[in-house]
Amino acid sequence: MKLRFLEVSVGVFVLLGIAALFYLAIQVSNIAEYRDRDTYHVVAYFDHIGGLKVRAPVTVSGVRIGRVAQIVYDPERFQARVTLAIQAGQNYLPADTQASIFTAGLLGEQYIALEPGGDYEMLADGDEVLFTQSALVLENMIGRVLTNISGD
Amino acid sequence: MIEFLSGLGRSGLHWLAVLGRASTFLFRVLLAQDAVVRRFRLTLAEIYSVGVRSMLIIMVSGLFVGMVLGYQGYITLVNFGAAEALGGVVALSLVRELGPVVTALLFAGRAGSALTAEIGLMKTTEQLSAMEMMAVDPYRRVFAPRFFAGFLSMPLLAALFSAVGVMGGYIVGVGLLGVDSGSYFSQMQAVTDWHEDVMSGVIKSIVFGFVVTWIAVFQGFDAEPTSEGISRATTQTVVVSALAVLGLDFILTGLMFGDM
Repeated sequence: MKLRFLEVSVGVFVLLGIAALFYLAIQVSNIAEYRDRDTYHVVAYFDHIGGLKVRAPVTVSGVRIGRVAQIVYDPERFQARVTLAIQAGQNYLPADTQASIFTAGLLGEQYIALEPGGDYEMLADGDEVLFTQSALVLENMIGRVLTNISGD
Repeated sequence: MIEFLSGLGRSGLHWLAVLGRASTFLFRVLLAQDAVVRRFRLTLAEIYSVGVRSMLIIMVSGLFVGMVLGYQGYITLVNFGAAEALGGVVALSLVRELGPVVTALLFAGRAGSALTAEIGLMKTTEQLSAMEMMAVDPYRRVFAPRFFAGFLSMPLLAALFSAVGVMGGYIVGVGLLGVDSGSYFSQMQAVTDWHEDVMSGVIKSIVFGFVVTWIAVFQGFDAEPTSEGISRATTQTVVVSALAVLGLDFILTGLMFGDM
């Protein structure tokens, strides 16, 4: 009787602990994203990436289809080279798709928005997004507004 | 001056000797780990007294820590109009830091001190020597199951703490303060990475479990065989474990998140 109680309570304890880990995995963290590891990579060059970070979302019409996989500076082009990892299922992006860096909310994180063009060719693994629009830098914008005001 | 230097040297040598004894002890306990499987019933009883009976205090603390995080996070975030980010704040602080650290501190107080006192009393009443006389290896019979039980229980308890804490944050954030339920969890999933955040929390809790149980069992084994010695060893367990956990947490955090 005593031993049985012991065994049952230890079993419940271990099960609860593992259930808690599962809860953390499924409800709290982004483990679901690890499932669709199948991605293809597309490269985009930006003059200025603002505050874009690795793992930032890549969206089409606001729907997230991938993540920023890598950001490096390309010393030959004097531009930032951003690698986008896009889910393999989302392979309908025309070759003349435009990539822009936007900000979610006024102070929110930055993300990449893709706007599909009209080309019949689709973007494939390793391709480059030709049309890009850099992040808006607040200081530049304010500077432009100030010169416009003083010009009047 | 000479007096001061010699005092410093003496305490340094003392600590070095303790560290050496602790390392040999750990080595011998690890060598005796086969007893965990062979005498599983003993291990079961230890997991019960170390893990199962710590569950209540861990879960209640987790709930309250989560609820306080919900309150405090909300009060700060609402100033920036970002109350929706509450889920991420609660989950990240719990999974990365508070879960493993607070669990380890509570575990040292609840289970570690009990382990030290038990083993210290065994030594004082010469039960350990009696076992050796009967050709029963105390490392297999006493230390190995207790060490394994603590080592196994800590990560499970830390996971429970974090999970209950997330629910506590939900109760306060969504139930009382009116954060949207969907954005609580979606924000949480957006910022919490399985590998980077949850797994490093789990690794932390495994390390803490190892260190706290090691300190607790060794302090009992190394205790002076008097009632005063046991009380000192029990205090030492809690103090040294707490300091070790906090110090290790700093180092581990630096290693895991430092390059971001």
